[in-house]
Amino acid sequence: MARISGVDLPKYKRGAIALTYIYGIGRTRALELLERSGIDPNKKVKDYSDDEIVAIRTAISDGERKVEGELKAETQTNIKRLMDIGCYRGIRHRKGLPLRGQRTKTNARNRKGKRKTVAGKKKVTK
Amino acid sequence: MARSLKKGPYIAFKLQKKIDALTDSGKKKVIKTWSRSSMITPEFVGQTIAVHNGNKFIPVYVTENMVGHKLGEFSPTRNFKGHSSKK
Repeated sequence: MARISGVDLPKYKRGAIALTYIYGIGRTRALELLERSGIDPNKKVKDYSDDEIVAIRTAISDGERKVEGELKAETQTNIKRLMDIGCYRGIRHRKGLPLRGQRTKTNARNRKGKRKTVAGKKKVTK
Repeated sequence: MARSLKKGPYIAFKLQKKIDALTDSGKKKVIKTWSRSSMITPEFVGQTIAVHNGNKFIPVYVTENMVGHKLGEFSPTRNFKGHSSKK
């Protein structure tokens, strides 16, 4: 069982892919970490020795970038700051609408969530 | 795209003059401005600036967190009050 920064790595995947299951680590960073800890990126997680897992852990904590909880907390404080100062982006965050000038007449479903049907809206008849 | 660092932040010349005058005198007074694209610099902190939104001036009290944002971000130009309810 390889548990790194609070995430269980999938056993049957290559190390380079498995590391991307950690929030804040993508393909590039995964390769970088494995190189730094001297592990073959093609090696599967189930074949890792304890030493290698420790090596990856130290490589992550030595790296200057944040991962998992710490990174999520940072993002949240950044959003909170925008909302507190009451700037345009903060207001959009509060209302759950897109921040970067996208259209909201249609689409924007990722931000707005599932469609809420408005009662009484007439259908167009031909 | 980001603005070239060489140029420095954009602040309308007149606004800059007024801010400088205020910081020199140490007084606090509401400054009216139309320059929504001016960047907020550390000298603005503690001042209240009335930023035009196309209709009226919205008073903005500048805090430390706002440095680096533009004045216009704090003065919304559209005010959506919700759809009308059907009779």
